[in-house]
Amino acid sequence: MAKRILSFTLNGKRHDGVVPDNMLLLDYLRERLMMTGTKTGCDGGECGLCTVLVDGTPKLSCLTLACSVEGKTVETIESLERDGRLAAIQEGFHLKLGSQCGYCTPGYIMAAEGLLRRNADPSIDEIRAALGSNICRCTGYVKIIEAVQYASVRLRGLKAAA
Amino acid sequence: MNEMLKPVTIPVGVRSIGEYVPMVDGPEKVTGRAKYTADILDAPALEAAILRSPYAHAEILEIDLAEARKVPGVRAIVTGDDCDMTYGVLPIAYTEYPLARGRTRYKGEPVAAVAADTIHAAKEACAKIKLRVKELPAYFTAKAAKAPGAVQLLEQRPGNIERDVFFDLGEVDKQFAASDAVIEHTFHAAEVCQAQTEMHAALADYDPLRDRMTVWCSTQVPFYVHLMLSRTLKMDKSKIRVIKPFIGGGFGCRTETLQPELICGLLAVKAKGRVRLVVNREETFITHRGRPESDIRMKMGMTKDGRITAVEMEQDQRGGAYSGYGIVTILYAGSMLFAIYDLQHARYIGRRVLTNTPPCGAFRGHGTVNTRFAFESMIDMLAEKLGLDPIEVRRKNYLRAPTFTLNDLMVNSYGLPECVDWVEQASGWKVKRQSLPPRADGRKRGIGFACSHYISGASKPVNWTGEPHATVNLKLDFDGSITLLTGAAEIGQGSSTILVQVAAEVLGLSMDRFRIIASDSAVTPKDNGSYSSRVTFMVGNAAIQAAQNLKAVLVAAAAKKLDAKPEDIEVLGEVYRASSQDKGLTFQEVVVEALRDSGTITVKGNFNTIPESWGGKKYRGAAIGGTMGFSYAAQAVQVAVDEETGEVEVEDVWVAHDCGKALNRLTVEGQIQGSVWMGMGQAMSEEMGYYDGLPVMANLLDYRVPTIADSPPIHTHIVESNDPYGPFGAKEAGEGSLASFIPAVANAIHHATGLRFDDAPFTPDKIFAALEKRARNAKKA
Repeated sequence: MAKRILSFTLNGKRHDGVVPDNMLLLDYLRERLMMTGTKTGCDGGECGLCTVLVDGTPKLSCLTLACSVEGKTVETIESLERDGRLAAIQEGFHLKLGSQCGYCTPGYIMAAEGLLRRNADPSIDEIRAALGSNICRCTGYVKIIEAVQYASVRLRGLKAAA
Repeated sequence: MNEMLKPVTIPVGVRSIGEYVPMVDGPEKVTGRAKYTADILDAPALEAAILRSPYAHAEILEIDLAEARKVPGVRAIVTGDDCDMTYGVLPIAYTEYPLARGRTRYKGEPVAAVAADTIHAAKEACAKIKLRVKELPAYFTAKAAKAPGAVQLLEQRPGNIERDVFFDLGEVDKQFAASDAVIEHTFHAAEVCQAQTEMHAALADYDPLRDRMTVWCSTQVPFYVHLMLSRTLKMDKSKIRVIKPFIGGGFGCRTETLQPELICGLLAVKAKGRVRLVVNREETFITHRGRPESDIRMKMGMTKDGRITAVEMEQDQRGGAYSGYGIVTILYAGSMLFAIYDLQHARYIGRRVLTNTPPCGAFRGHGTVNTRFAFESMIDMLAEKLGLDPIEVRRKNYLRAPTFTLNDLMVNSYGLPECVDWVEQASGWKVKRQSLPPRADGRKRGIGFACSHYISGASKPVNWTGEPHATVNLKLDFDGSITLLTGAAEIGQGSSTILVQVAAEVLGLSMDRFRIIASDSAVTPKDNGSYSSRVTFMVGNAAIQAAQNLKAVLVAAAAKKLDAKPEDIEVLGEVYRASSQDKGLTFQEVVVEALRDSGTITVKGNFNTIPESWGGKKYRGAAIGGTMGFSYAAQAVQVAVDEETGEVEVEDVWVAHDCGKALNRLTVEGQIQGSVWMGMGQAMSEEMGYYDGLPVMANLLDYRVPTIADSPPIHTHIVESNDPYGPFGAKEAGEGSLASFIPAVANAIHHATGLRFDDAPFTPDKIFAALEKRARNAKKA
C-alpha cells in the first residue's frame, strides 16, 4: 500500500505523519497516535461513537480516510478540556448524567459540540436531529438531551457575560 | 439478626445520599481519559482473531492448520485441541468449550484462534485454516429441537431439553372453574440482544518466567472470569490476576465468562506473551447471551370484581446451543409470576430447549420480562371482558408487605400502590382512557398501563462457597485519605459512586476524602459481580458496615485522645468532640491518634443474606427468585398509531419505580429511564433474525436499537418504600421498570386500535397486516 506524508491541524497543533492510503482516520488516531478517547462501536458507520470534528463539522472517523484530512483541522474529545476546566458540553454530560457507561460519550460530545457551534440555542428536535446517528444504550437519551440543553444555557450565559 | 441489620444512624455532617450526585468516574468518561479494554495500548501486544464455524451443526473431522502456520507473523494458533475443559455458569451446566471440540453447534461458534504480529496476519491465517466436517441436522426453533427423533446437541441433555420446570401450587383448576372469566392466550417474544456499545475485548498478559497471567476484559463478573480462566487454562487461581477496566455497558451480556477472554488467555499462554483480542460488532452479536425467543401460553382467571383467581403458564425458551444461564432463566420465568400481586394458585410448565443458535443468557430483567408481557396483557384482556378499569384491577390484587408468597419468596417492602397512584394521576389516565382524540395528522391515540418488579440480588449465589455475599475494605492511612476497595464491577450503572456515597454518609465525610479502587483481584476483595441488581443492596450494605467499623476505630481514638468515653464522643463530620463545649479534634488529628499504635488501618464490612430470603423448597429450583428486596414499577405509555402504515409512535411515558430509597437520585433516574427505553426497544423494533441459523441482523442498522429520534420523553417518579434490609432502605433501580413497557405499549395499541398484539416486537408490518385483515373481514361482513 502506498504511503504519503500527511499534514493537518490536530487539536490545535500542526501534525505531520506518514500514513498508508487506505488507513482510516479512526485507526490513525487510536493506533498510531494512541489517542484512545475516540471509540469504535460497530463495523462501520452504524453507531456514531467515532465522531470527530473535521473543520468544525462532525464526521465519522471510521468512514474517513486519514489522508483525506490533509490540510484540514481535526478536533477530538481530547481537545475540549481547557485550562483545567471541562468544556460546557463535557460538564453537561457529567453533571446531567448524559454519560452512564461512557463508551458512547466522546462521540456524543463531539456531535453535540458541532451542533452548538452552528446553533447555540437548539430546540429539542434540533438536538434529536443532530444526534440521530449516534447510539447510546444506557440513558434512553432523556439525560443526553438535558446535557446538551445545559451546555447551551451555559454557553449563552458565558457569551452574554462576555 | 445479622449485624448489618442494625439501624443506621445518619450522622450530622456532610450528606451524600438522597442527592443528585454526578458519578465519581464521570470526568474520565467526558474527557476521553477512561480506558476501556481496547484502549490499553501502553505495551506492545500480539493481535488475535477468531475463526468461526460456518456450520450450524457439524462433526469436526479435521482442522488443517498447515497453511495458516506459514503466514508471516503468526505466533500461536489454538483450537479445541488446546483446551479440554468446559466452562459455564452453574457448576451443573458447564457444557461449553472456549473453542469447539468434536462438534460445532451454531454458526459463528469459535473453532480456532490466531495470535500474530498484526491483526491482518491473524485474519489472513484464520482464512487459511481448513475445516473438514460432517454436517448434522440443525434445529433453529425450540419446537424442532424438542421433536421426537431430533439429534441430541449435548450428550447430557436428552430430548434437547436443557431444563424442564414444573410446579402446581394451590388449586388451579378449581379456581378456574369458580372464576367469572377465564382467558387463555398465546404470546411470542422474539430473541433480543443487549447490544451494549463496547464490543467484547480482552487483553491477556502471560509471564512465562513466573507462570503468571494477568487478564483485562470487558466483563460484569471479573470473579467468575477468574474462576473460568483457572479452569480452562488449568492454572492455579493464585497465578491469575483479573482486572476490569472501564466497561462499555453490560445489560447481562457479560454476566458470564465469555469466549473472548478465555481464548485470549489460551493464546497468551501458547504465545508466551501479551495478546489482545477485540472482536467486531457482528461477533459481539454472535457472542449474544441475550433474551431467548419465548413461546408462552397463559391462562388466567378473574372474579367479576377483578381478583386474579389462578394462573397457568407454559413457556418454551429457545436457549441456543449451550447452557449459559439457561436453567436460571427458565426458573425465573416461573418464579416471578409471584411477588408482585397476591397470587394463591399457579401452575407452571417451563422448558429451556437447546437449539443450533448462539447461546442466550441473562438480559436485563432476567427471565421475568416475557412472562410479564403475557401476564400484564392478560390482566387487560380480562379487565376488558369484565368491563373493569385496568388500573383498578391491579389495585384489587395488591400484596400486603411484609409477607411470603405462595412460592415462599420474602417481600418486605411494597411501594407498588404509590407507583400506580402517581402514574394514574400524572398520565391523565382517567380522562385519556375515556377519550383520547386522534392527533391532528389523523393518527389514532391510545394509552396503556402495566406493572413490573425485580429482585435486588439473588439471595442464593450461583457458586455457594460459604463466604459472605459481599465484602468491602476501607483503608485509612497517614494522609487522612480513605480508599474504598471493592470487587464490585462498575459497568456504567454507577456502583462505584453509590459505594463511596454510602461510606461517606456513614462517616459524615465529604466524598472528596475517598478514592475507590474497584475490580482488580490482586488488590480488591472478591465480589460476585454486577448482575441481578445485587450491588447497591449487597455491596452497599457491606460498605455501610465497613464505614461503621472505621467510625468505631476513629471514635475510640478520639476518646483516647480527649480522655473521654467512646459513647460520649460526638462526630460532626470532620470534627470529633467529647462535649458540646469542647472544640474537638480535627479529622487529621483523629487519624494521627488512630494510627499511632496500629499503623495503616484497614477495616472490613460484610453482607450476608438471611435464610428466610432464600426461597422455598416446594419445587426443584424454588430458590431462584429469592431476594432480600423486590423493586416495583408502574408505567403508562401513550401511543399514536398511523393506520395507513402501521407505524406506532411512542409519544409519552410515565414511570414510577419503588427503589426503596434513592441513594443517588440522578443515577436512579438514569437507570429507570434506561430500563424503560430498553423495554421500548424490545417492544417496538429489536429482534435477532436468523436465516438457516445465520444471524442476519448482527449489526446496528438491521438490529434496530431506537435512536434519539425514535425515543419519547420519559417522565420519571421515584417511590421510596424504605426497605427494612436495604442500605439506608434502598432496593434495586436498574432493571425493574423494563418489563412493564412491553405490555403497557401493547395495551396502549389495543386502546388506540382495538387490536391485541401478542407477538413482540410490534413492528409496522405486523400492525399493518392486522389492520388490513380487520378491514377485509369488515368488508366481507
